[in-house]
Amino acid sequence: MAQQIKQPTTIQPAQSRQQVAHRTREGSPWTGLWAVVAKDMADHLTSARMRILEFLILLTAGGTVIAAMQNIRSTVAQDRFVFLRLFTTAQEPLPAFVGFLGFLVPLIAIALAFDAVNGEFNQRTMSRVLAQPIYRDALLLGKFLAGLFTLALVLTAIWLLIMGMGILGLGVPPTGEEVARSLLFLVVTIFYGGIWLALALVFSTVFRQPATAALASIAVWLFFTIFWGIIARLLAQAIRPIEVGTVQEVISQTTLLQILNRISPNTLYVEATVGLLLPATRSFGLVLPSQLQGAILGAPLPLGESVALIWPHLTGLVAVTILLFALAYVLFQRQEIRA
Amino acid sequence: MSELVIETHQLTKRYGNFTAVDSLNLAVRKGEVYGMLGPNGSGKTTTILMLLGLTEPTAGRIRVLGFDPVRQPLSVKARVGYLPDAVGFYDNLTATENLIYIAKLNGINRTEAYHRIDEALERVGLSHVANHKVSTFSRGMRQRLGVAELLIKQPEIIIMDEPTLGLDPEAARQFLQMIRELKEEHITILLSSHLLHQVQEVCDRVGLFHKGRIVLEGTVNELAQRVLGGAYRVKLQAEGDKQKLAEALQTLPGVVNLHYNGTNGSGEIILETTQDLRPEAARAVVEAGGRLQTLSVENPSLDEIYAQYFEEVDHGAAN
Repeated sequence: MAQQIKQPTTIQPAQSRQQVAHRTREGSPWTGLWAVVAKDMADHLTSARMRILEFLILLTAGGTVIAAMQNIRSTVAQDRFVFLRLFTTAQEPLPAFVGFLGFLVPLIAIALAFDAVNGEFNQRTMSRVLAQPIYRDALLLGKFLAGLFTLALVLTAIWLLIMGMGILGLGVPPTGEEVARSLLFLVVTIFYGGIWLALALVFSTVFRQPATAALASIAVWLFFTIFWGIIARLLAQAIRPIEVGTVQEVISQTTLLQILNRISPNTLYVEATVGLLLPATRSFGLVLPSQLQGAILGAPLPLGESVALIWPHLTGLVAVTILLFALAYVLFQRQEIRA
Repeated sequence: MSELVIETHQLTKRYGNFTAVDSLNLAVRKGEVYGMLGPNGSGKTTTILMLLGLTEPTAGRIRVLGFDPVRQPLSVKARVGYLPDAVGFYDNLTATENLIYIAKLNGINRTEAYHRIDEALERVGLSHVANHKVSTFSRGMRQRLGVAELLIKQPEIIIMDEPTLGLDPEAARQFLQMIRELKEEHITILLSSHLLHQVQEVCDRVGLFHKGRIVLEGTVNELAQRVLGGAYRVKLQAEGDKQKLAEALQTLPGVVNLHYNGTNGSGEIILETTQDLRPEAARAVVEAGGRLQTLSVENPSLDEIYAQYFEEVDHGAAN
């Protein structure tokens, strides 16, 4: 507008306003975003659904950490990273806390978003809300952020709880690096939840029935958790068969298998947590003797190296989240508002 | 002539091969109550959604308060209140909480919002249930809460889609009263409905929608004149020479049609006229030597106009 004031007044103001209007969409797409976030977060935090999930995750955290502490005390290990072992130590019959999270986080994320869009349609609130001076962008992003913040809140609370239990139970404060590593682990877990949140958001846009959307999300989750590993192995064996048994053949098949496995967000998450919480991890694939030259086996990597190791995983998780959100965005923008 | 606040020019919306709205030219003046009538699927809701920028038109131009809803939807939606048909609220929230959300989305600050909400709930008679969950509300209460939402927005235009559908007669009557009060505040109101007698009560002008077009437009009386021939019906009962009476009445200026109600001779005479001809009819009866027993006038109902019009349309289509 400022530029046009400087121009000679040959264009009539009404015309010039129209021209500006036709080039750009008026106002910020994020008008009203925080109102949506606040409302949806309040809904999440007060919903019965959330209470159940909180109870479940508390139970898991308590159970696994107590089991891990018993294990740690009994081994009397000399470990620089005893706090991190709270997250990773499994005690039969319970799996480790990170193992549980790999299951629980997708479940929570799906529960938070499977009725985000279709719920508004079913309650017939969609047209009323969109008739307010906001764009659809704000509504969809607001719903996503509300889910992500809720997830972050719950996970942070659990993280604090585990740290507290650790200090009380082990009697030593965590070192700075342990705090840094476990905080990074928290961030990775939240991003991992972001994928499932975005996925559930896509399905809640596609399907009018929340139950269908929930089922579809869970189907995808089951597919990646259980079946993708088997499919990836079969694919790798079919595409790069080991015919003669040379080292090259074995390496090429293993590499392909690893690439295929990493399509699954679960693999990305597990590898990232392993890299962060087990500082001795140097690589996730085959380790060739040449790579071990000069390395002290079992010695932990510095934090920076571990982060470098899992950096691709982290960006992968974020990238998939963004892609899925973009898909939901496109679908939602094209949707007819009339119920 | 007051200014136009809603204007569409050759507005068209197609869904694949189906044309929902077809070259529609709609003009609503400031401060009037405009009724969009028509059967289901005649393009009323689609038109409303395009006016609000919730659906993009396939072709044509729209101006709402001088703004283009396609490019400036925020300006339009900040000034226009919309009450959808079968309005829904968040069942798990209270009436007040639902309204606070809307106030926040409109960028109204907190103290102002509470003030407006109290006022609005008072006005629609929901103060006593302000902190009850909406899940306990009846259809009529939800509809009134919808009006409260419109009030806190303080809009210049209100658009209502089938506002009285599904309301019991008393709730509908109260609702129409609310519309009249809003009209007195010089808010322009656009409402769609197929409950004609209710529309007739509150609308200044109506537009009859058929297959995405406005086929008839004007005041109820103007429509009656065009479709039925006469806008008024003077009904009278008189004793005397039937033949002479009929002749005398038929020659009055402004009489379009004369017919008898009922089969026997004592039936009423019905005059379709272009204006209220009661005094003239009374004099004509007396001068023709008849004894006037009853005399009344009624405006024709929209129901009749509607039925008559679509009968003609169907008849035309059949040929």
